[in-house]
Amino acid sequence: MRNVGTICRRELYSYFVSPIAWVLLALFAFLSGWFTWLSSSYFVQDTMASQMRGQAAPMSVNEMVIAPLFGNIAVIGLFLIPLISMRLFAEEKRQGTMELLVTSPVHDIEIVLGKWLAAVLMYAALLGVLLLDISWLFIYGSPDWKPVVSGFAGLLLQGGALLAFGAFISSLTKNQIVAGAVGFGLALLLWIINWATSLGDSTTIRIVSYLSIVSHMESFSRGVIDTKDLIYYLSMIFLGLFLTTRSLESLRWRA
Amino acid sequence: MIQVTGLSKKYANYVAVDNISFSVDKGDIVGFLGPNGAGKTTTMRILTCFMPPTAGKVMVGGFDVFEQPFEVKKHIGYLPETPPLYPEMNVVDYLTFVARLKGIPNADITDKVQQAMKKCSVLDVSTKLISKLSKGYRQRVGLAQAIVHNPDVLILDEPTSGLDPKQILETRDLIKGLAGDHTIILSTHILPEVEAICKKVIIINKGKLVKTDSVENLKNRAAFTIEMSTRGAADTVAVRQKLEQVASVSKVVDREASSGRLAFDVEGLAGSDVRPDVARAVVQAGWNLLEMKSSTTLEEVFIELTGAEQSSAPQPVAAAEQAGEQQ
Repeated sequence: MRNVGTICRRELYSYFVSPIAWVLLALFAFLSGWFTWLSSSYFVQDTMASQMRGQAAPMSVNEMVIAPLFGNIAVIGLFLIPLISMRLFAEEKRQGTMELLVTSPVHDIEIVLGKWLAAVLMYAALLGVLLLDISWLFIYGSPDWKPVVSGFAGLLLQGGALLAFGAFISSLTKNQIVAGAVGFGLALLLWIINWATSLGDSTTIRIVSYLSIVSHMESFSRGVIDTKDLIYYLSMIFLGLFLTTRSLESLRWRA
Repeated sequence: MIQVTGLSKKYANYVAVDNISFSVDKGDIVGFLGPNGAGKTTTMRILTCFMPPTAGKVMVGGFDVFEQPFEVKKHIGYLPETPPLYPEMNVVDYLTFVARLKGIPNADITDKVQQAMKKCSVLDVSTKLISKLSKGYRQRVGLAQAIVHNPDVLILDEPTSGLDPKQILETRDLIKGLAGDHTIILSTHILPEVEAICKKVIIINKGKLVKTDSVENLKNRAAFTIEMSTRGAADTVAVRQKLEQVASVSKVVDREASSGRLAFDVEGLAGSDVRPDVARAVVQAGWNLLEMKSSTTLEEVFIELTGAEQSSAPQPVAAAEQAGEQQ
């Protein structure tokens, strides 16, 4: 456990002393700010419109602002997460520091967990910016806090799953750009795979759409924690980390 | 401390290390010598549990590298060919990370890091970023990384490569200073380095073990060259036969000589000095003894053992490239 902490700490250190963390934070702050502003402006516009019409239709901040916001951030995550995970192992291999890690008295799984945890914390730091954005809504309105919590949980789970796969991809190459591009391709695929649902409702299509990563976010952002989605994310995380560990082991056979 | 028996490592279609065996005693400094691409790095990577052997048994500090790599890793400090440094970290933070990774209890970390920095004289750059350090300092930080947990065995892969002459001398002194507490294996293709630092040499070439011996023995090998003239009284073959008959002479090889002269490489049985006997035989035969010269530099011994054609042929380059591809 101590080793996981050691590796995680060093990884976070590297994120934050190199420009990558700050670039990602700035990018994310801009994007999430933009979407927050956009959806709250829509909301304000709709409220005005419904008042003009004289109907007092019930309008919910949760449903009209926060849920779509989580949906947008989930998609932005697909683009940003490969940027977080691409360096995890590729960089160590290129620098030769991999030799230090694997010749130290540390188990492979500890290396993998430490690095993945650091990447998840980095992603959580990005989501911290979103939390700031959303907290404005609590100042000017009174949304229900429970869907907010479940939405963040969903985003973290989705991030965790993508980061686990990103770590695996990064362990296959010593080129960060390749790791980033393949990671992005995979994230994109896991998203658009869902679009097949419009084709019908055969078993194949249902299986394919179950694999889609973003669709499992929807219930989370509406405040519903469905076991089906939870199991999906947890098993994706487990699979990703398992593959990474095996890849790390095979490294010494291939070396 | 280290026992290697029948070690082999095969890559897909290339044998990097072929059935080598050697042992290293506690406290020894051993030079691992060979031309580029000889299999030095591969052997060291197996010793440090970076990769498993294809065949053979490797024991470090009483533990098998294949069965109990975790125990072996605790006892080993390793400096790979390129020091494993994180350029974005500063020296103290980096060494603290390594210390923690090597399992040093939190309470001792500051102490151990300070000691390692002192031993490797990097205290003056302790708060600098590693990316800002010169090559020499990086090498020393790499060395500090290898000794921070005070390991029983130190494995250094070409510790002086790429340094300037002054840095090379400093690094050698540093390594010599570490002897005693640690058993050290260092690889190199620079011969004076072995003469300067090591007590024992393991020479490998093309993956095969060529010789293990002490540096002293290698330098004192009873080999020498002899040059003489016979004023036409005898031809090369006759002289060679005469020399071979001298007691304790094991090998006589023709050498090229300027016209009117004959030259031979003469080798005696180990531990014997055949020079007086050979000189007497030459004089008694009525020939003129012009020159006798021992080949005492390790350079000559090395070239003799690994085959002289090696140094000029393009083979080593190809082998090194192949090794590079494997990494």
